[in-house]
Amino acid sequence: MIEKFDTLKAVAIPLDRGNVDTDAIIPARFLKTIKRTGLGEGLFYAWRFDDQGKEVPEFVLNKAPYRGGKILVTGENFGCGSSREHAVWSLMDYGIRVVIAPSFGDIFYSNGLKNGLLPVRLAPAKVRELLSQVQEAPGSMISADLPSQKVTGPDGTVYGFDVGSFPKECLIKGLDEIALTLEHEGEIERYERGGKTKTPWLFLDI
Amino acid sequence: MASIIRKIWDRHVVTEREGGLCLLYLDRHLVHEVTSPQAFEALRLAGRNVRRPLSLMAVPDHNVPTSPDRLETIEDPDSRLQLETLRENTREAGIPFFDMDDIRQGIVHVTGPENGLILPGVTAVCGDSHTSTLGAFGAVAFGIGTSEVEHALATQTLWQTRPREMRITATGALGSGVSAKDLILAIIAKIGAGGGTGYAIEYAGEAVRGLSMEARMTICNMTIEAGGRFGMVAPDETTFAYLKGRPAAPGPGLWDTAVADWKTLFSDDDGSFDREESIDAARIVPQVTWGTSPEDSLPVTGVVPDPAGHPDPRVRERMERALRYMDLRPGTRLTDIPIDKVFIGSCTNARIEDLRAAANVAKGKKVAGGVTAMVVPGSGLVKQQAEAEGLDKIFLDAGFQWRLPGCSMCLGMNPDRLKPGERCASTSNRNFEGRQGPGGRTHLMSPMMAAAAAVAGKITDVREVL
Ligand code: SF4
Repeated sequence: MIEKFDTLKAVAIPLDRGNVDTDAIIPARFLKTIKRTGLGEGLFYAWRFDDQGKEVPEFVLNKAPYRGGKILVTGENFGCGSSREHAVWSLMDYGIRVVIAPSFGDIFYSNGLKNGLLPVRLAPAKVRELLSQVQEAPGSMISADLPSQKVTGPDGTVYGFDVGSFPKECLIKGLDEIALTLEHEGEIERYERGGKTKTPWLFLDI
Repeated sequence: MASIIRKIWDRHVVTEREGGLCLLYLDRHLVHEVTSPQAFEALRLAGRNVRRPLSLMAVPDHNVPTSPDRLETIEDPDSRLQLETLRENTREAGIPFFDMDDIRQGIVHVTGPENGLILPGVTAVCGDSHTSTLGAFGAVAFGIGTSEVEHALATQTLWQTRPREMRITATGALGSGVSAKDLILAIIAKIGAGGGTGYAIEYAGEAVRGLSMEARMTICNMTIEAGGRFGMVAPDETTFAYLKGRPAAPGPGLWDTAVADWKTLFSDDDGSFDREESIDAARIVPQVTWGTSPEDSLPVTGVVPDPAGHPDPRVRERMERALRYMDLRPGTRLTDIPIDKVFIGSCTNARIEDLRAAANVAKGKKVAGGVTAMVVPGSGLVKQQAEAEGLDKIFLDAGFQWRLPGCSMCLGMNPDRLKPGERCASTSNRNFEGRQGPGGRTHLMSPMMAAAAAVAGKITDVREVL
């Protein structure tokens, strides 16, 4: 269920931490849902709220200029740890559509693309530049342009980024990946016929 | 000429697009209750079926309570609904399901291998990052998100880019009191929590060859804690001996053919790896984590590090945060850190050999006053075996709780949780903030070390009590 992504200009939120894991993005107790919706409430729960459930005023998401921000700028290895797609769902439910970081956990990166959350990898020094700009001028905007694979910082500096051509197309057009894969049904069947001869023990029923 | 990673990968490519994006055929897909409901729902909405239900296996593990009365009552309505949903979804799709009252129920990564579902040369996925565990059999096994679970259910394939390849060679042999857990913690400390990002990792070398299947699973399990896409050990006689006779392993009619095929799965010595690392296993001493990332691991003989000594301000800041969260002061000897709870369990360390190693330390001793210690077998079969060997008795006599199988206190999702501020010696795999319950503090270590900590009431070098 991919949400299309084309271009977006929005307030950027600086979360200056490395190794932000998916347990921090959405703690396990919020994963008991059988739905994809409503997870924004649990986003960064332990950092956003105190023991009484009151907002922690120092946490960046709770500061006035960043409320309603849709672009997160953060440290290396963002989304490491658990494979929970709930991390992406909670970010999106909160309103965030782009995360800019030097690197991502591999599963998080792929989960993002499959839902319409654009993960942008930039060199560490470039992420630093963006971080300090948005920290110095809270509320400033970044724009992300997927078709041309460019991010523009508050000061107008343009940064190119890489993204695979297939996920890019799916994201821009909002394509159903399963339907696309099923166009290869003939090849999948051929593979299975071959497999049954070469490695028959893998085709026994469990 | 190729690495084992590439050999297995290439066998499974249905079709390839530009940029190395492969449509990869999946032999096995394991399912649990947390990451699958939205996938089944989406299939239903799209009017799609599960393509090969009998190549799958589903089991509840994350939510299940581990108390003896769990079949009568699961108090949490959300957990109950998630378990019921898995039951319904698998029944409707015709997927083999090991329910809570089935002796085979357990943590999905324990249950799959012990029933012979994971074989050399297979591709295996599960909506869980610790699917990397299964690579111990010489399999390409990786965790996926729920959208990919849906894709895998519907098509028996996934689009995947080729990984970069890393080989980590462990030379020498592990010393007494030192286990596979210590080896993998030392590896993660060396390459970092993001050090394996984008890589598939083959673990090689005499230290790895000398390990049992269960110990190899412990190593591959924590590949994800170094950011690796999957981990792998090439199959050998140890692998074949483990598999022979397991329910889903090839029977007598196909066994020899299968083994002949499996023997072709090894890395050719042509230097094709993108990166090589090595570690001297003989020099590794028992490890303990002090911080909130699995890379924060140190020899138990060490002290809590001082951020002031670090040249990089960002690292310094991260260390200070971790120390605040963990409520530790630089310079404190690790063996002076008292603990409140002990958790022996999880997909990293809840197999029979782990329980034997812990029982060997606990035997004839008592859990220290004020400490709550629990042992949670990885599956019903592990529990049964342990009871047949009298391990339950050893633990109970020493004052440990002996519980029913599940993920338990590895993550704060079922009733087994740390309270805010509690400090736990844990055999699990993640010491993230709040992982074992909000405000809880985790020190990762081996089963032997956790048992020693339970007895002493503080972190202890197990080599001194063995
Ligand atoms: S034991 Fe822990 S790490 Fe393993 S599958 Fe369960 S929750 Fe995940």
